[in-house]
Amino acid sequence: MLHVVVCIKQVPEITEVSIDRRTNTLVREGVPSIINPFDMYAIEEGLRLKEAHGGTVSVISMGPPQVESSLKEAVAMGADRAVLLSDSRFAGADTLATAYTLAQGIRRLGQFDLVICGKQAIDGDTGQVGPGLAEELGIPHVTYVRRIRELGDGMLRVERMVEGGWELISTTLPALISVVKDINEPRLPSLKGIMRAKRTPVTVWGLEELGCDPQRVGLTGSATEVVRIWTPEPRESGELLQGDPEQQARQLVERLRGLGVI
Amino acid sequence: MEGKGRPAILKEECTGCGACVEACPIGAIRMHDGLAQIDESCNLCGGCRDVCPSGAIRFPEEDREKQPAVAEHHHVWVFAEVRQGKLASVVPELLGAGRRLADQLGESLHAVVVTAPREEIYQQLFGYGADAVWQVEHELVFEGDEMARAAALCQLIRRERPAVVLFGATAMGRSLAPRIATRLKTGLTADCTGLEIDPETRLLRQIRPAFGGNIMAEILTKYRRPQMATVRPRVMKAPRFRPDSSGPIHHFVPAELDGGLTLEELVLEEVETVNLEDADIIVSGGRGLGDPRNFALLEELARLLGAAVGASRAAVDSGWIPYPHQVGQTGKTVAPKVYIAVGISGAIQHLVGMQSSDVIVAINKNPDAPIFKVATYGIVGDLFEVVPALIRQLKKMRGVT
Amino acid sequence: MQYFLSEEQEAIRDLARRLAEEKIRPQAPVLDEREEFPSQLMKELARADLFAVPFPEEYGGMGYGLFELCLVVEQLAWACAGVATSYAASFLGALPILEFGTEDQKRRYLPSLAAGERMAAFALTEPEAGSDAGAISTTAVRDGDHYVLNGTKQWITNGGEADVYTVIALTDKTKGARGASAFVVEKGTPGFSFGKKEKKLGIRCSVTRELSFTDCRVPAHNRLGREGMGFLIAMRTLDKARPGVGALAVGLAQGALDEAVAYASQRVQFGKPISSFQAIGHKLADMATLIEASRALVYQVARSIDAGQRDFSKESAMAKLFPADVAMRVTLEAVQVFGGYGYMRDYPVEKRMRDAKILQIYEGTNEIQRNIIASALVRELKSRRR
Ligand SMILES: Cc1cc2nc3c(=O)[nH]c(=O)nc-3n(C[C@H](O)[C@H](O)[C@H](O)COP(=O)(O)OP(=O)(O)OC[C@H]3O[C@@H](n4cnc5c(N)ncnc54)[C@H](O)[C@@H]3O)c2cc1C
Ligand SMILES: Cc1cc2nc3c(=O)[nH]c(=O)nc-3n(C[C@H](O)[C@H](O)[C@H](O)COP(=O)(O)OP(=O)(O)OC[C@H]3O[C@@H](n4cnc5c(N)ncnc54)[C@H](O)[C@@H]3O)c2cc1C
Repeated sequence: MLHVVVCIKQVPEITEVSIDRRTNTLVREGVPSIINPFDMYAIEEGLRLKEAHGGTVSVISMGPPQVESSLKEAVAMGADRAVLLSDSRFAGADTLATAYTLAQGIRRLGQFDLVICGKQAIDGDTGQVGPGLAEELGIPHVTYVRRIRELGDGMLRVERMVEGGWELISTTLPALISVVKDINEPRLPSLKGIMRAKRTPVTVWGLEELGCDPQRVGLTGSATEVVRIWTPEPRESGELLQGDPEQQARQLVERLRGLGVI
Repeated sequence: MEGKGRPAILKEECTGCGACVEACPIGAIRMHDGLAQIDESCNLCGGCRDVCPSGAIRFPEEDREKQPAVAEHHHVWVFAEVRQGKLASVVPELLGAGRRLADQLGESLHAVVVTAPREEIYQQLFGYGADAVWQVEHELVFEGDEMARAAALCQLIRRERPAVVLFGATAMGRSLAPRIATRLKTGLTADCTGLEIDPETRLLRQIRPAFGGNIMAEILTKYRRPQMATVRPRVMKAPRFRPDSSGPIHHFVPAELDGGLTLEELVLEEVETVNLEDADIIVSGGRGLGDPRNFALLEELARLLGAAVGASRAAVDSGWIPYPHQVGQTGKTVAPKVYIAVGISGAIQHLVGMQSSDVIVAINKNPDAPIFKVATYGIVGDLFEVVPALIRQLKKMRGVT
Repeated sequence: MQYFLSEEQEAIRDLARRLAEEKIRPQAPVLDEREEFPSQLMKELARADLFAVPFPEEYGGMGYGLFELCLVVEQLAWACAGVATSYAASFLGALPILEFGTEDQKRRYLPSLAAGERMAAFALTEPEAGSDAGAISTTAVRDGDHYVLNGTKQWITNGGEADVYTVIALTDKTKGARGASAFVVEKGTPGFSFGKKEKKLGIRCSVTRELSFTDCRVPAHNRLGREGMGFLIAMRTLDKARPGVGALAVGLAQGALDEAVAYASQRVQFGKPISSFQAIGHKLADMATLIEASRALVYQVARSIDAGQRDFSKESAMAKLFPADVAMRVTLEAVQVFGGYGYMRDYPVEKRMRDAKILQIYEGTNEIQRNIIASALVRELKSRRR
């Protein structure tokens, strides 16, 4: 029986985030949360593997209690089990502490064959948690997977996107992959799934249940420290090139030559 | 506030002045009954503590595990990625940035190679400013097994104790660096756009965008070493190449290594055009092109400019052009010198992938399209008239010069 | 307005809305332009369990009623009335089996229909029998344990795409309408073929085809109810399905209103957004009011039917008539709000106007709905006098 673990992160809906130019801060008031878009591909891939090979899909996330709604959505899509790693001491974790905490959670889930992450989260944009988690779990990882060619008999063969093309890579299971949008088209939840999600409780594990070293979680366990956050200057308003297409084109070529970029 | 992960507000001290509310960059502080209240989303940036006039904000104790050896780490290292026998274009840029850091520290700049030894690679590394080169020697490492590469690099870093290690934010760099940082239990900052040494603390100040460039953050790795960062291609400037430079080459043969991955095949797809990641100029097409055949028009323009071809998600999802060309939130993040958006409306998910380009050109028939808000130069018009005109102008220019 | 939906009803509505927004809306203009049946979208609806909503749990359904079906149809129509029609017509085809089928018939057909693996269609209309359904001439002649069907059905929604057809045919020509019976005919039955696909004004992605029966042998155990009950079955089916058409109208009109409001707030003439002109503002206000009245009517009639109201022909006719007329008026006004842009196919409102017209025609024209209501009024008066 295949056991796939999918890691998801809840992020603010970017289209709703705006910047208050007066205070120069992010306006988060009433901004809805969504599952990190890349993680949707991870969930979908997990579900497809389950459909093809049988087995179970667990979704796991570290975050505050409101992340339950995202985990429930994954259950509505078809995941079998949802686990939230939540503890006020986990707050402020960087990718190092997050990878450690997730690894503790996944170990507690028991035997597993494959861990799937999204390529990166759209808020932090680092893509570091996947490889870090694989390291914590002591399993190989492949990033930017755009297709799973083969899975079985303790081995995995995937296509990985790299600059200018792709690589065919094989490795042993258990392993971790991070996936890109090209890999599939995520499904919407089903109604039966939604009703099941309403009934399925989300398992919540805190620091003690996970047996975490308090020195390695949250802010304390983080190696990096954000010392300052600010919003960049808005782009200066541009210039609309006037005239007929020929004149517009001529002006553009002149401008670009003037800047020395062509 | 009782949460250990959040700063505490000392009720007796808080005057309710609201300075912290103003200062919080993520809006996590609110006034409640005349007292400041910090919610779950606090990321402990410390902005509030700095502005609080009465010292009413207490942060969780910084009783983190301090590595005793912080002071014993020296020199700046650059991971010298080699792809298909060629030095990745980001490496000279990293050497340029690394050189500055090394000079600020008064230390030296080293480059690490994990691919099979090649004289011309060494020459380039020295030519772009490396003082020394580390050549890792192991079959698995040469074969492209990233797990073996990570393991070998960890051994070397543990032994040599560099203060700073920089990687390109390439497919390989973004895979190796977090693996290594986790094994070394040190900090890693992704996609830095600015790097400098704080003259007082000698710490590496790492500046990076988050939220698709909507916010910027400064990040420090205070107590662990090395300080690791990835840097996006095309952000740092490559130094002038000095052909006659040279330096010592150290060979490192790692202790036994466990492999992990087998690289069976590498298939290059975009041989005709330039990679999005490496391009100085990108010409991107959106739904406005209306038909896959019209991408030929963009390709012609791209050829004349020596540009790569990008696309919006709408164009990719319509099957007009493959996914590797997609720019934006669920595609690639690019920052070329010139980004030309043709028939792209400029949805926020597209903008976050390209808004840090130096010059943005928008060609769109709808004057209200949001792309014009970020455009350096806007052309309101029908792309089927404007692009051919542009092609004519460029051909004329080429003829003249 | 707050309709106090249960948590589950909200989940049904929200899921249908998500499908409408994310999957249907982006494709609606293309499907319309190409007059293409939305097979892929039907699969998506099936996978989301939306076909299962109004079927009982013992047949693989979710066990909800007409009201929940209306919630789904409304949201689908908000994005595309053609897609909503294809979905709703499948339930129309399944209704006779659900209401009048034997246990064996239900077991054979309902689970796959509830799963959306197969679609259904309802075939009553013929070239010579439109509003006057009693004038049908398709015959079904008993021959041993089979019936032999001959004749032609016209303008059958989902024709050719559906796998299961409920067909009304005459088993006794001499008795006219009282001589009709209902049959389940499966696609692929020898002698059952399809005519050309119609080219329509609106709901162009919904497929409308002719069904042709030539010595088509249908097993006798595929007859629904007794011989002679065909007309009753057809009328009961239509009575029950009409609030669904009303819901379709509400969704379609709401979509047009949403677009008109957005456009009116953004279009500037004489230096102001056109929404600030009272002529436009009042138009929008009337549209909104009519839509809310339609929705309230549809929801209440559907809820009453689910709650067990016995005779509901009149109310269900009202719940089709009024919303359909409202949808027509609202979509016409929406085009007016858009002005010349509204007349262009680059903008979404002309499609809605074309789509709306069918609602006044199919499943009983609005004139016929008024007849039903009027005759019910007279009947009620008589029974009160008695
Ligand atoms: C979770 C999520 C992730 C996403 N990720 C991405 C992403 O990574 N990248 C991305 O691009 N999008 C992404 N999107 C989609 C994004 O929201 C937009 O839908 C998409 O960018 C629109 O593409 P477009 O600009 O090509 O199309 P449209 O928005 O349809 O714009 C087409 C433009 O072409 C113009 N035009 C038409 N004809 C002509 C002509 N003849 N001459 C000149 N101009 C013309 C029109 O005026 C219009 O502005 C994402 C969406 C979501 C929900
Ligand atoms: C797109 C489409 C899909 C359809 N799908 C199906 C389907 O799936 N299954 C099916 O069985 N049928 C279907 N139909 C047929 C539809 O139900 C009939 O078109 C409808 O019942 C009207 O019949 P008719 O078109 O023959 O009009 P007619 O009956 O000829 O009516 C013409 C006009 O006369 C009026 N009229 C007729 N009789 C009276 C009267 N007694 N009093 C007052 N006015 C009267 C009508 O209201 C109308 O205005 C479909 C039709 C279309 C166009």
